[in-house]
Amino acid sequence: MISAQRSDYAVAVAELATAAALVLATVLSIFLAAGGDDPVMRFHGYIMAAAAGLGVFAVFNKRFNRREGVSRDDPAGYNDEVIRAGVIASMFWGIAGFAAGLYIALELAFPGLNFDLPWLNFGRLRPLHTSAVIFAFGGNVLIATSFYVVQRTCKARLAGEIAPWFVFWGYQLFLVLAATGYLLGATQSKEYAEPEWYADLWLTIVWVVYLLVFLGTIWRRRESHIFVANWFYLAFIVTIAMLHIVNNLAVPVSLTSSKSYVLFAGVQDAMTQWWYGHNAVGFFLTAGFLGIMYYFVPKRAERPIYSYRLSIIHFWALIFLYIWAGPHHLHYTALPDWAQTLGMTFSIMLWMPSWGGMINGLMTLSGAWDKLRTDPVVRMLVVSVAFYGMSTFEGPLMSIKAVNSLSHYTDWTIGHVHSGALGWVGFVSFGALYCLVPWLWKREGLYSLKLVGWHFWISTLGILLYITAMWVSGIMQGLMWRAYDSFGFLEYSFVESVEAMHPFYLVRALGGALYVAGALIMAYNLWRTARGDVRASEMTPAVVPAQ
Amino acid sequence: MNLTYAEVSHFAQTWGLVFLVALFLGGVIYALWPSNRTRFDRASRLPLEDDDDTPKER
Repeated sequence: MISAQRSDYAVAVAELATAAALVLATVLSIFLAAGGDDPVMRFHGYIMAAAAGLGVFAVFNKRFNRREGVSRDDPAGYNDEVIRAGVIASMFWGIAGFAAGLYIALELAFPGLNFDLPWLNFGRLRPLHTSAVIFAFGGNVLIATSFYVVQRTCKARLAGEIAPWFVFWGYQLFLVLAATGYLLGATQSKEYAEPEWYADLWLTIVWVVYLLVFLGTIWRRRESHIFVANWFYLAFIVTIAMLHIVNNLAVPVSLTSSKSYVLFAGVQDAMTQWWYGHNAVGFFLTAGFLGIMYYFVPKRAERPIYSYRLSIIHFWALIFLYIWAGPHHLHYTALPDWAQTLGMTFSIMLWMPSWGGMINGLMTLSGAWDKLRTDPVVRMLVVSVAFYGMSTFEGPLMSIKAVNSLSHYTDWTIGHVHSGALGWVGFVSFGALYCLVPWLWKREGLYSLKLVGWHFWISTLGILLYITAMWVSGIMQGLMWRAYDSFGFLEYSFVESVEAMHPFYLVRALGGALYVAGALIMAYNLWRTARGDVRASEMTPAVVPAQ
Repeated sequence: MNLTYAEVSHFAQTWGLVFLVALFLGGVIYALWPSNRTRFDRASRLPLEDDDDTPKER
């Protein structure tokens, strides 16, 4: 009883401190809204003021709800409320990000679609698309699933009462600042790190709180062993913090300006950027989502992890190798040759842990292979692992200098990225969301497994169209650029290679449209599931999925 | 203390290398250590054991 009172007291202090900090943030934001140097800063001042003001309201609302016992959240149980919010946010940002991708794919095929408006320019919409799918969709999926997995495998409630909500809403604010900044032309011009200095600082605060929530939950665990998925999530959180801080070191023009200058210059800047960029792939898009694989694949297939030893070796090999692979983005540049060779060598070595991990994920189905036929969610998870194997085979291949001399700067790279992003990251996330919604909303099963099947086939077809179009287009582009005639002149002008790509851009856009269509089917299915509906024709107990 | 580039890279290429390889080997030995087998066998089933909605000890 005393400890309960003490923890009540601690929560009250934390709530007051948060509210006070948010009031201060509101005031500072209003100053920025009024006195910012440029329109972007003033606009973001308004957004931050509104967010901080709503935050004050939310903190007190939560307090009063808890006092009056209106809250759905059982303080003795798991903290699932914030995960439900994360699932909804994932679905929202996913559709926004996929649709943005489809739009810019169409812009490439039909450039007139930018309507000569600066906000619809390809250069501004492309970072909107990449950030929306990687950080908004992927990030929300990772935060939501990590909160779910760490609680279940540690058998402990999430650390903190306000902190998880701060992580969730703070992250959404970062996303809004980033997205609106791009549209208004504010950018650091660093790939996957475009947001300006103040958004970066805000994300740093949010991310440190995320780390503390995660570590705090592990700290209070009731299970002596720390499950391997938590190691992957932890590596993702810690490494992203390190990468984000170093790559975004910058000096703002003034404290009221949205413009900053990056601390590094020249080849050092390029190397720092791609050390960041490739490890965003390695630790955000790989390690984090492997955390999902190691929990959701065994859970859904109802089979133990094929080899737990292999999963540990997978983990350590992956993190020891990935961090060195970045220089392969800078082949044949001013980067010293030895650094390029180092990047290539480590990329090739990555074949081993990647395929070890893929085999471990796939073989987890041993004894349950029939589920591939009966459960489309398992099929989605398994195909995602297959795409993980495929894109981690292709990546090292493309990092070989001789191959890279053909593939670099062409659409082949775009195809490679999307086989990883749509196939691996997308499908493993969809699989996890299909699992999570019935669990979180306490439903027997999904609204419709048939619709999951439709989603699976439509999206798979979309991915195949996308990546095959980009392979052909990319290799053609690379060959056209390096073709010489008998006099030693270039055979083709640049614009001829652009013209030749048009049909492939149409196929790619069609692939993207199918992927968006699949996601819309999924959103409908999940919404009906959360409402507690079951599709009339699937009511028979035989098709209710085993939990 | 004024370290030159050569000194830093020499340190990284010798002691840094030894340190990272030793750390990695430590991880591999931990994974393969025979007496850890039972712990890992249990851990591989951890996702299958959490059907309760409240955190409690087993």
